[in-house]
Amino acid sequence: MKIIQSIGMTLFLGALVLFTSSTFLSKVEFTKNSVKETVNENVYKSIGSELSDALQGTFSNPIKISGLVSDIYNKKNQKYKEAKEWDKVMYVGSGQLTYQLIKKNTVGWFVTSQGLLLFLTFGLGVIGALMYIIPQVVTLGPAGIKNNHVYQNPSTNRGWIAWLVFVYLVGFYVLLYFNPQFLVSQIQIVEPIKEFISGGESSQWFLYGVLYCTVMTVMGIRMIIKYRHNNYQIVRTLSVIFFQLIFAFLLVEILPLFNMPAVDLKNAWPLDYDFLFDWNVKQLFEYGNVGKFVFFWGILLSVIIVPTLVYFYGKRWYCSWVCGCGGLAETLGDPYRQHSDKSIKAWKFERYIIHGVLVFAIVMTAWTGYHTYNVLNASDSENVKASLLGISVFDIRSWYGFLIGSIFSGVIGTGFYPIFGNRVWCRFGCPLAAYMGLVQRFKSRFRITTNGAQCISCGNCSTYCEQGIDVRAYAQKGQNIVRSSCVGCGVCAAVCPRGVLKLENGPEEGRINDDPIMIGNEGVKLNYTAIKAK
Amino acid sequence: MSAGSNDHIVIIGNGISGVTLARFVRKNSDCKITIISSETEYFFSRTALMYIYMGHMRLKDTQPYENDFWEKNKIDLKFDHVTDINFENKQLNFETSSSMKYDSLVLAVGSKPNKFGWPGQDLPGVQGLYSYKDLELLEENTKNGINRSVIIGGGLIGIELAEMLHTRNYPVTFLVREGAFWGGVLPEPQAKMIERHMTTDYHIDLQLNTELAEIHAGSNGRVSKITTKSGEKIDCQLVGLTAGVSPNIDFLKNTSLKTDKGILVNEYLETSIKDVYAIGDCAEFKEHPTGRRNLEQVWYTGKMMGETLAYTLTGAKTAYKPGNWFNSAKFFDIEYQTYGWVFAKPQENESVFYWEHPTKYLSLYFVFNTKTHEFKGINTFGIRLRHELFDRWLTDKMSIEYVLEHLKDANFDPELYSQYEKQIVQQFNSENNTSIKPKKKSWKRIFNLSQK
Repeated sequence: MKIIQSIGMTLFLGALVLFTSSTFLSKVEFTKNSVKETVNENVYKSIGSELSDALQGTFSNPIKISGLVSDIYNKKNQKYKEAKEWDKVMYVGSGQLTYQLIKKNTVGWFVTSQGLLLFLTFGLGVIGALMYIIPQVVTLGPAGIKNNHVYQNPSTNRGWIAWLVFVYLVGFYVLLYFNPQFLVSQIQIVEPIKEFISGGESSQWFLYGVLYCTVMTVMGIRMIIKYRHNNYQIVRTLSVIFFQLIFAFLLVEILPLFNMPAVDLKNAWPLDYDFLFDWNVKQLFEYGNVGKFVFFWGILLSVIIVPTLVYFYGKRWYCSWVCGCGGLAETLGDPYRQHSDKSIKAWKFERYIIHGVLVFAIVMTAWTGYHTYNVLNASDSENVKASLLGISVFDIRSWYGFLIGSIFSGVIGTGFYPIFGNRVWCRFGCPLAAYMGLVQRFKSRFRITTNGAQCISCGNCSTYCEQGIDVRAYAQKGQNIVRSSCVGCGVCAAVCPRGVLKLENGPEEGRINDDPIMIGNEGVKLNYTAIKAK
Repeated sequence: MSAGSNDHIVIIGNGISGVTLARFVRKNSDCKITIISSETEYFFSRTALMYIYMGHMRLKDTQPYENDFWEKNKIDLKFDHVTDINFENKQLNFETSSSMKYDSLVLAVGSKPNKFGWPGQDLPGVQGLYSYKDLELLEENTKNGINRSVIIGGGLIGIELAEMLHTRNYPVTFLVREGAFWGGVLPEPQAKMIERHMTTDYHIDLQLNTELAEIHAGSNGRVSKITTKSGEKIDCQLVGLTAGVSPNIDFLKNTSLKTDKGILVNEYLETSIKDVYAIGDCAEFKEHPTGRRNLEQVWYTGKMMGETLAYTLTGAKTAYKPGNWFNSAKFFDIEYQTYGWVFAKPQENESVFYWEHPTKYLSLYFVFNTKTHEFKGINTFGIRLRHELFDRWLTDKMSIEYVLEHLKDANFDPELYSQYEKQIVQQFNSENNTSIKPKKKSWKRIFNLSQK
């Protein structure tokens, strides 16, 4: 078993190294006409000849290409700005320009052997990972809670492996969001998948989708093996994988083939923050009735379905059964759940920041909604009002997209898994979680019931709560856990060695028991009223 | 007595009893509270020691309160060791040669592992498992790896130690004096299930009906082997002594305080000396207020005693009166809960109904009165049950038939788990010629909503 696992790990790491270093393995060859054929007319007019001069011959280092391009691009734009020739300023961005130039002009085995590359990276990576994971059925011992060595292993105790993973993930997200020109090779590796599913060109978002699905499935298998004695965990894990593969990935690729808009139908506002952006609404309406249906489905989902289901089942129905962010957290992030901060300080911070993001999301949506309304009803499309109370819709939109959409949910949300735990985004940043949390706290049937006086204060529940809830603080008092942040992953109940915790949807009456009398202490119970009177 | 705001309550011991006491005193009084411990600076959950060794948690994670909790609640902590108590002057003397005055003294000093005078019991590499210091010693004793360990005493701590050592891949020989694991407490079929689980799934070398004779040192002065009373020799580098615990009261032996096995107390947890109280593992009742054993060294009773005494100390004199017995444990992967009284062998006028899953480690052992059919208690393995409901059923003296009919109400397993009430009731019906039908789960009954 150990040998199989070692071979698996070696294969996986090999595939990872190949995948990562592929940035420098492809060849980009520029001919005389390359630039002209790649960039758009405006850009070509401005810097076409400079680019053509600079980009000659063969490159294998995209950083070099990027440097050359951004130099030329920035200098020219600077000139335009100084001369106040606003109509000539280019907006495509030097990163995007580099991305196009590299993507169009890659040659050699990287283009011709994409299938082989796909196998060597994703194929061997998955095979290797599974060879490491599946033997855990035996190596972990009999089914049951096996958190052995979590705090003795450098990958799960914030040791050197965790820091390496942290750097890798943060680096990946920074490139994905802000410098996709360095991921062109990786994007090309998944090109055959794109071709197979829907045709067309792969992009960094398609690469991200493929990676997301692959990682969630492989790590989902790990999760299921780890909790194979626990049906709640198995079904829940299968559910998040299903919603990721079908709703977030396949349907988005396939719907356009049937002349329907490419939307993730489970993505609810305000997590889906661009729902009311003008381009989104316009695009939907271009699809006619289907588009209108999708638009109203979005409203229905956020306004009716989400709160109703939270009332009946708690926000877990979304956060740990359906959501993609939650899905990644529960699979890739499971080994890191113990790192969430349980202090009261962190809880205070959490309440400020997550509700702050919710307010930001609502304000941003109000602004964009106002703008979209103007766009749809404009008689003069050149002159649409795009600011409200002196704040530009485009500014607020791009700030939200940058701060919340990219930095918070991506770079911090996932990149920080190995250090701050797997639900940083869900706990501190997700506006949908904040919204559902309010419903869960004040109007819901969901709670974690504490089983009488059976708690022994061991701390497993709090330690493995990914949302940083100090579960034990409630359990040891015999108090039910009703917290807006609880995503209902059920791991507290799973790791409890004494059967003290149960997630359930019951009557609202008595759901919150702030001052419980511990069962078993009859002497105190008898005296209770006398004592309370004092 | 009732503690005024100028009074000083001093608690020796920062375990669950002492800490519970301090918390409840603080709820009702502004008096000065000091907790003294020489074990750890801050309260931690003793029951979680095993998880630190296994790597599930750090010491920090086993501490139920954040470090600033104590200051916020004006509970002074003193990390020092009490060497002697001057009861006449109401003064404690410490190892650091400082001293402290008290108005009320609460002894919550806990237990220590039993040693029954085995030859070699104090050799390096021989240890018990009770305190944090024992855990540090275990790390020390196993830091270079061991080829085999021997555990003496088949109870809860013994099986925990076996699980701990197993996670580090150290082979374990488990010597149990009785003919079954925890044979004094568990009914035979359930003891057998645990034995099966630990031997087949975890390869523990379980030796029943085997007693330790002697522990031998090797050339390095550390333990190198043991011999059993039947003459068998077992090479080992670690011996775990887990044959129960006894009150940690050696430092009180030659004082005026009356002790037997533990510190003798009455139903108000008062000792033989005025303003001195004892709670938790170290307290022994002269006569138990509800007729249970005079010495009950359990987490839950310690907690209850702490709460009870807190009320007495803050003006509402309260007798210790524990309700229906309950307890829990985990044997490797098998969770155990018990409600009411279940003895290893049925008492007079007691009948038993036992159900066991054909393949899984699930079993229920019901005890009821043969004549009246009053339900007396249950042991459950692998199926979680609702404490509140069983407590109510026991108090209301419900019949075994009622309990079985409403068993679905009591199921506390996570959602989506397979449920076995049907099979359980079916078996009871066929054994007892009854026709009970399990009722559907009802929130109304579970939470007693109809009575409101």
